[in-house]
Amino acid sequence: MGRYIARRLIQSFLVVLAVVTLVFVLARLTGDPTDLYLPLHSSPEVRQSFREAYGFDRPILVQLGEFLLDVARLDFGRSVWQKVPAMPLVLHRLPLTLELAGVTITGSMLLAFVLGSLSALRPLSVVDRATTFISLIGVTVADFWLALVLIWVFAVYLNWFPTSGTGGLEYLVLPGITLAWRPLGRMAQVVRSSVLEQLSSPYVTTARAKGLSQPLVLFRHVAKNAFIPVLTLAGTEFIGLANGAVIVETVFGWPGIGKLTIDALERRDFAVIQAAVFVVAVLVVLLNLLIDFCYAAVDPRIRYE
Amino acid sequence: MVTQQVEAAGIGAAPPTTPRLTAWQQTLALLAHDKAALVSLSFLLGLGLAALFAPVLLDPASLKMNMSLRFIPPNLQDGHIFGTDQLGRDLASRILMASRVSLTTAFIVVTLSLVVGLILGVIAGYYGRWFDDIIMRFVDVALGFPSLLLALVVIYALGPSIVNIVLVLAATRWMLYSRVARAETLKLRRFQYVEAGQIIGGTDFWILRKHVLPNLMSIVFTLAALELATVILAESALSFLGLGVQPPNVSLGLLIAQGKEYITTAWWVMFFPGLAIFMTTMALSLLASWLGIALDPVQRWRLTSARRG
Repeated sequence: MGRYIARRLIQSFLVVLAVVTLVFVLARLTGDPTDLYLPLHSSPEVRQSFREAYGFDRPILVQLGEFLLDVARLDFGRSVWQKVPAMPLVLHRLPLTLELAGVTITGSMLLAFVLGSLSALRPLSVVDRATTFISLIGVTVADFWLALVLIWVFAVYLNWFPTSGTGGLEYLVLPGITLAWRPLGRMAQVVRSSVLEQLSSPYVTTARAKGLSQPLVLFRHVAKNAFIPVLTLAGTEFIGLANGAVIVETVFGWPGIGKLTIDALERRDFAVIQAAVFVVAVLVVLLNLLIDFCYAAVDPRIRYE
Repeated sequence: MVTQQVEAAGIGAAPPTTPRLTAWQQTLALLAHDKAALVSLSFLLGLGLAALFAPVLLDPASLKMNMSLRFIPPNLQDGHIFGTDQLGRDLASRILMASRVSLTTAFIVVTLSLVVGLILGVIAGYYGRWFDDIIMRFVDVALGFPSLLLALVVIYALGPSIVNIVLVLAATRWMLYSRVARAETLKLRRFQYVEAGQIIGGTDFWILRKHVLPNLMSIVFTLAALELATVILAESALSFLGLGVQPPNVSLGLLIAQGKEYITTAWWVMFFPGLAIFMTTMALSLLASWLGIALDPVQRWRLTSARRG
């Protein structure tokens, strides 16, 4: 177990290092980094002083070393758009993104369990067919279009929910549904096949033979084993959620990291973009680690050396 | 291996009078049994052909700006079945032109990532050792990061052009083919006919071409059909966010981004391009699930046997 944890920790560190280096190389690949860091209309004098201040004239490896040291101190430079340090700006927006993601993943997981289990208990029933249909929509629909259709129907036409912004619970509904649809669809299918598999396993037959009631069989025996594959999937879905957040936050004007990144892209604010990419990378890596460790803790077979 | 024996036995046992169907005839017969797959394929072929010949088929006037024809709602009387957009252009014609760009881009991305991913995956699976380690570590790392966010940043730095979009999307999508091709090759490498090929002195290249690649095709093509849908979604998302296809070119995502501004007054401008994406990806995904069964000799019988329920 100890070696397993150590190996996964090193791997995770390398992922973050790779992402940060990639972003650094990208900035230099384009020729003049001042094009990326400064507004397009900056004067040559401003560019020159910026170049000297940031040492763009020095050897690239020295620059990379300095950059990585800055990253280690969480110093990503100043936002040219908001005139404040980039990192606090990103961290300030983080809770809103986490709120949306947390509500989404919890909601879709619970619903996936209900729909998936009901489908597995009654294959080819109405619930099963509806779940298949919901899943198919989830994996094939363009999330930004789904968002617009939801806004059109529920905000513009029916006027039930606000079109965009943050505030009370009513602001969470439409972005939540948009973001939850894909993970819900995929997890419901996994729960379904996983519960089906467990139901036909010998230990369920034994439990039934002992005379256990259906709810007891389901909750005490099946649920625990059916949960493991969903846990793995949750990690992948969280990565997908980071993609979805960029789009959903932009469409719904939800001021989280995703919206900040798009705003920074539009304003050519590279310091903020770098900081945001770094924070997302760390988040995704940490979450995957957490899931892997939970996985290893739940299923003893995973702890291979 | 087992399936080959079963198939060989089946052919030997068949009465000599039944003519053997060619692979194409077999596939068509299977297709006739699955309505969802048949409808999906017809839709995709229809859309593909219409998009391919759009410049010939369409009345050039329908793509010209004409302010007197702005925001005509969808109707059947004057031929604007999807209505007109903010500049008086026929939306159906615009969608067809945009599909051209979106479908072509997705097709090139999938081909490119398939070829690269397949080659790297087969080499990693067949030769193993350090090459396998490096490639698979890389695949793990690359799959562990949100691809859209990375694509956004890369395209932002390199500049949005169709070539850059193709390269970036291909760079983020080849890993899946590698992972699948490697796993399958690892399995195939242990099969007797591969070992037999090695014993009779076949070169690695010959074995890979004759015995490994043909067995990978079904799973790789199934994945490619699914990936086509994923890439269409990714490209349209980039275009929607303004970092994909740039005007005056059109793509489906760009049409939706433009239509978004008029959501309160003219819903159809954003609705129908999205519906086009949705139907295309839905058809691809239905076709992929059919392909997965139809191309697999072990499961193929499911398609011809009578359906239950």
